[in-house]
Amino acid sequence: MSQRGSVLPSLVDRHILTSKTRNDVGVGAFAFLFSEIVQYSQTRVSNVSELERKLADVGFDVGVRMLELLVHREKAGKRENRILGILSFLHTNVWKNLFGKTADSLEKGTSADDEYMISDHDLLVNRYISVPRDMGHLNCGAFAAGIVEGVLKSAGFPARVTAHSVASEGLSRPKTTILIKFAPEVIERDEKLGS
Amino acid sequence: MLLSLFVVNKSGGLIYHRNFSSLAKLDTNDTLRLGSMWHSLHAISSQLSPVPGCKGIELLEAETFDLHNFQTPTGIKFFAVAECKSHGVDRFLKRVYNLYADYVLKNPFYELDMPIRCELFDLQLTSEVTLTMN
Repeated sequence: MSQRGSVLPSLVDRHILTSKTRNDVGVGAFAFLFSEIVQYSQTRVSNVSELERKLADVGFDVGVRMLELLVHREKAGKRENRILGILSFLHTNVWKNLFGKTADSLEKGTSADDEYMISDHDLLVNRYISVPRDMGHLNCGAFAAGIVEGVLKSAGFPARVTAHSVASEGLSRPKTTILIKFAPEVIERDEKLGS
Repeated sequence: MLLSLFVVNKSGGLIYHRNFSSLAKLDTNDTLRLGSMWHSLHAISSQLSPVPGCKGIELLEAETFDLHNFQTPTGIKFFAVAECKSHGVDRFLKRVYNLYADYVLKNPFYELDMPIRCELFDLQLTSEVTLTMN
């Protein structure tokens, strides 16, 4: 019931989807949900690598759906078939839609031909998480790595994706790097298309 | 000037303690005792008050120090020992509550009412303290 004399209808009468609420969720709400996802997965695994695998699986499902949604919304159905194309799609569009800003850098690996890295100085999923010392090298950015893997697999670029913390000068916290290792047939195909 | 910070959970156990100067050194047992003593004092004071609706002690002024207390609606108490007539301690305690809600409660590896062992909380607290001292 709206009150007399007030300019706006009461909160329960207003339309739930304004242009402001349509795309944004509060950071706190997401952080609590993600924290619960991590705790839920922790009860079902027995070691750190399995926990990262579980988080990556959750992210994989998100990635598959994000690809469909974003290609429809932002690229008018045009399909990427080059490695650089899909990587810059990830770096700009996917990151912007998920985390509100583009990723900080996109690099080609120096040691191998099939490795690429996307870095973020302050990955949203890791922002409030302090990993206790006895969990060692756990990185909850495995969730973001899973999203990347989901996007790449459904776009036709199968790859192995992992998340790592890399200390870097000038930053108080280590930056998170998502390492993408493409399957050999993807590299071959890309070379053939390139020439 | 801030001397130390204590965080006490709703059952009276000390979950966080930090010294900011070499003046206020207490050993571990004494800090635990101080935490639970303050918890009981606070509870008694809200009963003793002649005015109804009292929420407990907010400020304790002594000869050589002041003790500022902030109680959250969930029963957690943040209290800080500071030098006499310090300013900005209440605002500092509210900021600590903010940091607690962010870096402790959103941490999946933190169990409720357990001692706080979160790296990010410590880091952010340090920068908050340097901000307050200046």
